[in-house]
Amino acid sequence: MITYLSNNSEIIWAALRQHIALALIPVVLGFLLALPIGYLGVRFPWLYHPLVNVAGVLYSIPSLALFVFLPVVLGTKILSPLNIVVALTIYTVALLARTVADGLRSVDRLVTESATAMGYRRFRRLIDVELPVALPVILAGLRVATVSNISLVSVGALIGIGGLGQLFTRGFQLFYIQPILVGIILSVLLAGVADLIIVLIQRAVTPWTRFQGGRA
Amino acid sequence: MNLTYLFDPAHWDFSTGSIPQLIVSHLWYVLLALVLGTIIALPVGLFIGHTGRGSFIAINAGNAGRSLPTLGLLMLMVTLLGLGLLPVLIALTVLVIPPILTSAYAGLRTLDHSVVDAARGVGMRPMQVLFRVELPMALPVLMSGFRSAALQVVATATVAASVGLGGLGRLLIDGLAVNDYSRVLAGAIVVAVLAVLLDLILALAQRWIVSPGVRASK
Repeated sequence: MITYLSNNSEIIWAALRQHIALALIPVVLGFLLALPIGYLGVRFPWLYHPLVNVAGVLYSIPSLALFVFLPVVLGTKILSPLNIVVALTIYTVALLARTVADGLRSVDRLVTESATAMGYRRFRRLIDVELPVALPVILAGLRVATVSNISLVSVGALIGIGGLGQLFTRGFQLFYIQPILVGIILSVLLAGVADLIIVLIQRAVTPWTRFQGGRA
Repeated sequence: MNLTYLFDPAHWDFSTGSIPQLIVSHLWYVLLALVLGTIIALPVGLFIGHTGRGSFIAINAGNAGRSLPTLGLLMLMVTLLGLGLLPVLIALTVLVIPPILTSAYAGLRTLDHSVVDAARGVGMRPMQVLFRVELPMALPVLMSGFRSAALQVVATATVAASVGLGGLGRLLIDGLAVNDYSRVLAGAIVVAVLAVLLDLILALAQRWIVSPGVRASK
């Protein structure tokens, strides 16, 4: 294992860097897209159920199919990283739009009514009151999306771009176990670190949640 | 959007590699993984939820399981064990365990505690409390975990084709290999339809097995 690591450190680094970019750019894009979409599901309640159903169907499309099929729809090259980024952004939106809607719906009506009584307009109230209160739920969804994106990127290796997934296909073709193991370990570690970072962010931006846990 | 492959009657007989035959082998992987995963995860989840011991396992199993790349696990297993059903089954079962374990745990933990106390108060033994009170009441949460596991496995079982096995992934991998996008599209559509149908069936099953009393209180 050690010799494999030292002999192939450049390939592994490149794979890891690509993996991080391919997984995290969609998380950011998906999060930014999911916020307004999820909000629409709350602002117009009749949109909520269609939203949940469409998200469910999108999520059930196999990642491999989406990776392969997007070039046809987008007109990109099959080896373009853009396919992976767009596919994972779709999954992230499908997952987070519902979480955002559920989070905003879970805000106590008394809280929003008090905010209105204090003179908050709809948009300010959303940004200053509802969104912060919904943040723990939304960030929990973001953790799920981030971790599953990181593990999904590797499927891209089947079409030639998949970060650490390339170590899997390489090991599989050579019938050689080291690259596969290294790929799995790095992928899990990466997911763990990303998850931890979001937890730390959540603790920092929603300090009130810590006290509730402590008292109960 | 080219649907010729999907609607070509020649691809709908029951010969090897035809769509119905791939659906059957796909569902076979899904079913085996779900049964095996449930057999492993359900008792553990119920034990942790019932006793409250080892809850950190249940909480972290979800995220740990999600972070394991199924493709890597599958290729590792094939490299170690050789080609066959077993490596696919292991990789897919690992995918099924976390949502079922976590939801079994969460279902029991989020129960109203006074119900459990009342069950003990009327003289139920621990096993009776678990199987006649806690489990029936936790079923809605448990079923939602099972449904998300099923959805995930249906979509992910396609990777079995990447190591040369069957299932609907064959349409994706072979279609890609010969640049036949009509075939890839057929695979994607059939998998998505299969996932939606399976979810529908499980939703109906849920209505059937969840006690009306529990449903009314939700």
